[in-house]
Amino acid sequence: MSDVLERPGRWTRRLAPRGERSPWRQPLAVLGAVVLVVWLLVAALAPLLAPFDPLEQSGDRLAAPGGAHLLGTDSLGRDVLSRVVFGSRLSIPVAVALVVGCLVVGAVLGALAGYLGGWVDEVVMRVADMVLAFPTIILAMVVAAALGPSLVNAVIAILLVNWPQYARVTRSLVLGAKTREYVVAGRLLGAGPWTSLRRDILPNVAAPVLVLATLDVGSAILVLSGLSFLGLGTVPPTPEWGSMVADGVQQFDAWWIGTSAGLAILSVVAAVNFVGDALRDALDPHTRSTVAGRAL
Amino acid sequence: MSNDVSTRPADDLRGSRRRAHPLVGYVMARLGISVLLLWGITVVTFVLTNLVPADPLAAVLGDQAAADPQIVAEYRRQMGLDDPLPLQYWHYLVRLLHGDLGTSPQTRHPVAVDLAGAFPATAELATAVLVVSVLLGVGLGLLAALRHRRFTDQVIRVVSLLGVSTPMFWLSLVVFYVFFFRLRWLPGSGRLDATLTPPPHVTGFYTIDGALAGQWSIVANASLHLVLPALVLTLYIAGLLVRFTRSAVLDVLAEPYVTAARARGLAPRQVTFGYVLRGALLPILTMVGLAFGSLLSGAVLTEQIFAWNGLGQYAYLAATKLDLPAIMGVGIVVGVTYITINFLVDLVTGLVDPRVRLG
Repeated sequence: MSDVLERPGRWTRRLAPRGERSPWRQPLAVLGAVVLVVWLLVAALAPLLAPFDPLEQSGDRLAAPGGAHLLGTDSLGRDVLSRVVFGSRLSIPVAVALVVGCLVVGAVLGALAGYLGGWVDEVVMRVADMVLAFPTIILAMVVAAALGPSLVNAVIAILLVNWPQYARVTRSLVLGAKTREYVVAGRLLGAGPWTSLRRDILPNVAAPVLVLATLDVGSAILVLSGLSFLGLGTVPPTPEWGSMVADGVQQFDAWWIGTSAGLAILSVVAAVNFVGDALRDALDPHTRSTVAGRAL
Repeated sequence: MSNDVSTRPADDLRGSRRRAHPLVGYVMARLGISVLLLWGITVVTFVLTNLVPADPLAAVLGDQAAADPQIVAEYRRQMGLDDPLPLQYWHYLVRLLHGDLGTSPQTRHPVAVDLAGAFPATAELATAVLVVSVLLGVGLGLLAALRHRRFTDQVIRVVSLLGVSTPMFWLSLVVFYVFFFRLRWLPGSGRLDATLTPPPHVTGFYTIDGALAGQWSIVANASLHLVLPALVLTLYIAGLLVRFTRSAVLDVLAEPYVTAARARGLAPRQVTFGYVLRGALLPILTMVGLAFGSLLSGAVLTEQIFAWNGLGQYAYLAATKLDLPAIMGVGIVVGVTYITINFLVDLVTGLVDPRVRLG
């Protein structure tokens, strides 16, 4: 913000030097990264950091914050801070695993659809459209309810409804890349279709897809905790942020239960989004139209 | 609108391709895809609800009756559950085309009747949210893009990012706690005060029905009830739209025709509204259609807390009780709504932008 004179005018954004888009020029991205690192440390060191066992009654029921229990206790006398700390061990890795799963399934199907074209493309994209026509949470609710509430089933449910967006983006990127000169040159030099797809195309479309995945970790945490909030994700007594918010609904006067868990979710998701946003700006200013829009 | 658009960014570069009505082909193609999607949705819901390992019979009959093989066999025969799956699907599809969505074992009402009651509640909430979110989201997104990298932009960016990062179910709880439970400023549950009777049913929107019947106290009360749930959903949806509008407008700002318009000496306001916003309008419109999906998802969570007896609550009850006809009904209604809205969006896009219908 200090270099007013060097700041690109509002009409000449594209002419900005590369360094202008560096994520480290954006204080929010740095803040997000710091928060994220803190949460990762909290998750890694949870047993050392948590003052109490998250599953054991360690104080009076519904004790207000203060004293031995910094964030108070819940209706079973369990320490809220410890439960929030241990909740990070669940929400963050599961969300990452979920996004990786969606990424692999979606990218493989999307790449095949884009590269092979023809009926493969038609089938994959029509199935993707059908899945996309359902709001995520309703389909996830049906799957989670049918398979029974558990974390694994919630993950399966969200995986089923979330892969199409990766398929779409990958497909459109592959479509754009496969007629590029370097790909054609590779084919002329004797590379078979698989080699071409693997060596020439995929590395060149990876960046935007990875940015999408980063941003998606935030929404994965939101959806997962949403399902747990509805009672369709983790089962008690597992410390999980979404179900802690649900506890907060039950114990209305004990505002600290829901507030702590909610702020935990908010801070992680916001941190992920700040970082993802900066990455997107830095890596690929053109991603936007392919990521968020449908192929018209 | 479609006349002067050809001199605009969306210039028809393929004007030489003369066909009688290029739009007809486009509309038919989109319509065909929509119908295909609808059919797909019936398949998806049917498969999902039939291939699940959990046995819904226990949920329907109760544990005691489900343990009695005779009752179970009789129930299965009555419901046609012993037929082969393709046959069951065929029967389901035929009934569906006659408007029969089955009977919910949970509420003992026809699902169609239940849905007809729940749909307007969610639709009223969604409409309110969408109207406010579009105004707010597009306005702020445009402002942020025009003030790119300045203070205004940073503030709008942070707020919108926080908006899409906030868990809606938690925010609902906070808002409910603060404005209803503590301050008592606004009603926190239901669509009307318990002392009031809903207005005569015309559209199912209490605000509109109340106005039609001239019951202004109902309109006022229903509007107050809308505020809190709509506030929560608006924060999220407007956040989505701000972020999308901002980047769509930034893309358009980099287009040569904008530079050209400025070079010709047009006033900034003319450039902003006549060229920039216009160029960005179609992607924004598409996004609004897609945001509707998030809105319905959000409604599921929000309706729980605000006791809003709409589709979200119905879906939740159906899903937790494994009420299969109801789940399928919700899937169909939501799918149809979503597909219809996106079909309309595609239609408008094709009408306005020749590149879309000819490309």
